[in-house]
Amino acid sequence: MFGFMLRRFGVMLLTMLCLSFVVFVFVNLEPNLRKLAIFQTEMRASDQDLENWLVRNGYRDNFFLRYGRWIGIVPKQPVTDPATGEVVPRFRFCDEPAESTYSGVLQGDFGCSTAYRTTVGERLPEALKATGILMFWVMVVMVPVALIIGVLAGMREGSRLDRSLTFLSIASTATPEYVSGVIFSAIFASWLGWLNGSAATAITKGVSFYNFTLPVMTMAIYGIGYIARMTRASMAEVMTAQYIRTAALKGLNFRTVVLKHALRNALIAPFTVIMLQFPWLLTGVVVVESIFNYKGFGYLLVQAASNNDIDMVLACGLVSVALVLLTQLISDIGYAFLNPRIRVS
Amino acid sequence: MEPIGIFEIIIGIIVRFWPTWLGLAALFFVGLTFRRRLGLFGQLFGSSVGVAGIFLCAFWLFTAIFAHIIAPLDPRVQVSIMKNAVPGAIDPETSMVFLLGGDHLARDVFSRMVYGARIVLTIAPAATLIALIVGMMLGLPAGYFGGKVDNVLSFLANLVLAFPVILLFYLLVTPGIMDTPIPYVMAGLFFLFPIVFFLMLFWMRFGSRPEKAWLYMAVTLVIGAWVYSGLVFDADPLGIISIEPNELNIFVAVVFASSPGVFRIVRGLTLDIQTRDYVAAAQTRGEKPWYIMLWEILPNARGPLIVDACLRIGYTTILLGTLGFFGLGMGPESPDWGTAIKDGSRVAQLRLYFWTGVTPAVALMSLVLGLNLLADGLREESLKD
Repeated sequence: MFGFMLRRFGVMLLTMLCLSFVVFVFVNLEPNLRKLAIFQTEMRASDQDLENWLVRNGYRDNFFLRYGRWIGIVPKQPVTDPATGEVVPRFRFCDEPAESTYSGVLQGDFGCSTAYRTTVGERLPEALKATGILMFWVMVVMVPVALIIGVLAGMREGSRLDRSLTFLSIASTATPEYVSGVIFSAIFASWLGWLNGSAATAITKGVSFYNFTLPVMTMAIYGIGYIARMTRASMAEVMTAQYIRTAALKGLNFRTVVLKHALRNALIAPFTVIMLQFPWLLTGVVVVESIFNYKGFGYLLVQAASNNDIDMVLACGLVSVALVLLTQLISDIGYAFLNPRIRVS
Repeated sequence: MEPIGIFEIIIGIIVRFWPTWLGLAALFFVGLTFRRRLGLFGQLFGSSVGVAGIFLCAFWLFTAIFAHIIAPLDPRVQVSIMKNAVPGAIDPETSMVFLLGGDHLARDVFSRMVYGARIVLTIAPAATLIALIVGMMLGLPAGYFGGKVDNVLSFLANLVLAFPVILLFYLLVTPGIMDTPIPYVMAGLFFLFPIVFFLMLFWMRFGSRPEKAWLYMAVTLVIGAWVYSGLVFDADPLGIISIEPNELNIFVAVVFASSPGVFRIVRGLTLDIQTRDYVAAAQTRGEKPWYIMLWEILPNARGPLIVDACLRIGYTTILLGTLGFFGLGMGPESPDWGTAIKDGSRVAQLRLYFWTGVTPAVALMSLVLGLNLLADGLREESLKD
């Protein structure tokens, strides 16, 4: 088990390294650097000025050197003003050490956000916290509802209940967040006026039923169908097993058979599916936070990407990739842990 | 002028869709008459889920084909007096009815929805097809040979799968990236796969009868080179096939995002089918590995692959909508559903003029629902055998 985890962890680190490199390549493409230079220098800067700015701030150094600096295995050089010879930080709004130091992701320095005019380390945690709250409530709603639908549909395969619940699940997987968000807001916020169409107050004044129901509902709908279908398949399979027939033939009533004998074995497979929902939820978070104006991680990612905020996009990319890989790892380990038939050597 | 009532709107919409109804009637007539001879497609008419799936998919397919007849206006035409007009409002100058109202730029919402179907139903199936071929060409050897090939390809596929789709799109579909060669290189690579696929397919089948093989391969090469030059270099000598740079960019990003999924499925199917007796028989006959992969394994994997393709077209539709929703790639004037939903979902817009956002949202949902139902019907029918 220990060796298996170690190997998985190694692959995970390698994956993260590769992916962060890919993101690094993409955010440092020539058009992006040019946009950054134009944004940071005066309005009427000539091409030469832009080039000078990029050279002075180290954007023209060797690519791998810069990647090493971002990771923190190559020391970062301070930038000196050629006119005065003084050390000046690259961006006015972020402090930088005056001497050459190792300061990258490994040291906990994620760089400087040009869109928010502060360090990434300052802005990112609060956004992650806001999204964490949203995710928590989505999970609280989504998982039980999906499991109940799946179990109800799967316990009597082919019944009318099964058919209608399956149709509902299919319909919910056909409803991406931006569709259900628009339809729900139109119905509940504009027409009936029961709920708030914006979740912005959830951050300043705290979460309430009025401002948080629509985003949570919107996000949960898309995931429910998928988990429910997996649970249904797993439940239907368990219900045909020998030991269920034995339990029924013993004279136990249907309720006991389902709750005591079938349920636990039927929930192993959905566990993996639920864990693997996280990467999907991430896209959902971005959409939902944009629709409902909730300033969490997804909102941050959109703002960073559309404002060419290089360090912020890198940090967001790293966080989301780490999240995806961690959930994969947990789902693998959890599956082996839950299912006694699987033993990793 | 008074806007017309809700029943008149519904009747008006039904009447406008007349070419779609004709097409559907023809399709269902053929489908029900020749049910027994149409194989899997005919069997679909036996289940209510399958019929519902066929109905919704065919509805949008015919709507896309006859969009220019169904839509009363061009999707980009602005009739300034009809800005944010309610559904059923009448243009006083031409006395034309805006069945589903006008949007914030005074365009006809109904016409835009109809033309949106055309965009979605060209890009989504085509991108899925290319992704399917890329996934097959990589998944077959990974499953068949195993070992190092499998390790490397699986690692690469997992890399792409671990990438959050939305981040991928933000990096890959930006106006800046069209100045770099990246989209064109990727397009060049992806569009090579179908050509190589068909060349190998024919060579492996007819290799012993060279004159037949050469004929098929020459036809493949000519058609392939023609489409390839039109799509990748935008230099079609006949001037028929052309694609906008931003559409190519979207296309490439969508193929890139969905081919690892196909790869995984094909790899899994190959691992399963490889153990069958007919594969062992072919190996004993001394067939080449690629013959076994393309002509023994692939045809026997078609059931799950067709089901997956249906689901994947739906998923691609959702991805295209996501791109439009974030204003990535599609032009701001584009009538595609994602862009329309984005325009309609601004807080003020949604509060007062909900029909601009809800119309494309319902359209997108019904198409994806149709594809999912179709996939479900197909799965049930193929499990029966």
